[in-house]
Amino acid sequence: MTFNAAIIKKDFPLLNRVINGKPLVYLDSANTSQKPQVVIDAMSSFMETTYAPTNRSAYQLASESTDAFEGAREAVRAFINAPRTNEVIFTKNATEALNLVAHSWGHANLKSGDVVVLTHMEHHANIVPWHMLVAELGIQLRWVPLTGDGQLDLSTLPQLLNGAKALSFTAMSNVLGTITPVKQLCDAAHGAGAIAIVDGCQYVPHNITDVTAWGADFLAFSSHKLCGPSGIGVLWGRETLLDAMPPFLGGGNMISDVRLDGFSCAELPAKFEAGTPPITEAIGMHAALRYLSDIGMDNIRAHEKEITAYAISTLNSRYGDDITLHGPSDVEVRGATLSFKFKNVHPHDVSQVLDQSNICVRAGHHCAKPLMKILGANATARASFYLYNSFEDVDALADALANADDLFSL
Amino acid sequence: MPGLEDLYREIVLDHYRTPRNRGELAPPAIKAEGHNPLCGDEVQVYLDLDNGIVRDVKISGQGCSISQSSASMMSAAIKGKSVDEIRNIVRRFKHMMSIEEEVNETPIDESQSLGDLEALRSVVKFPVRIKCAVLSWNTLLDALNQ
Repeated sequence: MTFNAAIIKKDFPLLNRVINGKPLVYLDSANTSQKPQVVIDAMSSFMETTYAPTNRSAYQLASESTDAFEGAREAVRAFINAPRTNEVIFTKNATEALNLVAHSWGHANLKSGDVVVLTHMEHHANIVPWHMLVAELGIQLRWVPLTGDGQLDLSTLPQLLNGAKALSFTAMSNVLGTITPVKQLCDAAHGAGAIAIVDGCQYVPHNITDVTAWGADFLAFSSHKLCGPSGIGVLWGRETLLDAMPPFLGGGNMISDVRLDGFSCAELPAKFEAGTPPITEAIGMHAALRYLSDIGMDNIRAHEKEITAYAISTLNSRYGDDITLHGPSDVEVRGATLSFKFKNVHPHDVSQVLDQSNICVRAGHHCAKPLMKILGANATARASFYLYNSFEDVDALADALANADDLFSL
Repeated sequence: MPGLEDLYREIVLDHYRTPRNRGELAPPAIKAEGHNPLCGDEVQVYLDLDNGIVRDVKISGQGCSISQSSASMMSAAIKGKSVDEIRNIVRRFKHMMSIEEEVNETPIDESQSLGDLEALRSVVKFPVRIKCAVLSWNTLLDALNQ
């Protein structure tokens, strides 16, 4: 299949907006992705025809709604090649999924002095819940450092994992774009008697994901980064681990019995899905997974390697020493997320100037303050590409950076 | 969309490239710190307060052109002024930034010119940058309230 980003872009109504006579160039998909018409239609149509409670009511409409909701769950299982559908837990987002693991698995399995290993490139969602456990349980954190190239420095991994209970790491950095060697890390964790928790937020929307091949124990990711609606995320976890964990949130749906003197939990997955789930959002997520699968995750990955290589070479040849591109230069080990420093122009000012040309990039610490400190910056500007971005978008970015140069040159 | 020339006036860029009153003051000078968690801007404000007058002020920190130029202009505007005069200038600046006061006590004294600070008036057309412009001012209030 010949990948044509310009044709794919037409599937996304918002990306066809024209502002001040200029097209929109959306380069912030690492933050959140745009939605194709089929996702919008699936959600609208569901609310128009089928919306009803799931797993609670005894009428035909509720039965159809439940089938649609559970159909979305099975679609997620297939998308990540998980062994069992009841291992797929729907959450509000990936941050909630990581909190669920840290809190629920953590309280059941960790005690004072136990070690959890993270990395220097983690997003706050995979740092803060563990800091909370340090305060609550007295666990210790160790950190896998980075190479100068922005990859994980695995030379001290055996020592870091020695005696550790968990290794929790990102499959792809939201700042550097670095893709980590997930299977190797899962194997190393298991070899040391630790579990492997994978933050898949950046990875899953852009690659073929196979938790079985990885040998991972948990995977967290969200719908809104893979062309689905916001408000729904996924925690996948091994049945044996999930069964042994206490519930996270308490309320309806996650119980089998409630008495004045106590309660008992429901089976998986309900055990970890308290309250009314994001029903319409699940249907939207299902439509997004179907849309991406039809295009092919391998095709999307191939497109992103090309566009990243083009972006790196275009920006470097155009601006040379005036631009610093963070992360690995080898596109085989990185995704299409490109943080950069442009001369001495503050990222906030860079994004302001780019906004004048309708180019949307993120400026800030990208919820990775420890990584920012290591990079020696308070903030960076970040352009991220997805299936709907083309080489023209890279050219527009390169051209618009010249405006920042004009305005802020000393 | 408002033009960038509105936001990045010459005075603003001048204060960004050549910020006034940069540095630190040793104790017993008052020190307050502020930061903008959204974008990583940070500012430290040092005040040498003597008999209700700010004899000296120093600014350090790093951030975008709006936060840094605003801090620089602020330092020039308050040096040598009394605490009461300074509080009035802060009120007027925040009012210019469309920040509503919680309790409307006395009317704002408009007799003094805001001088260079007028150049930041257009920030309100770029609401995302209001927090940048106001960062050093909120930090200044923290310092005065110590």
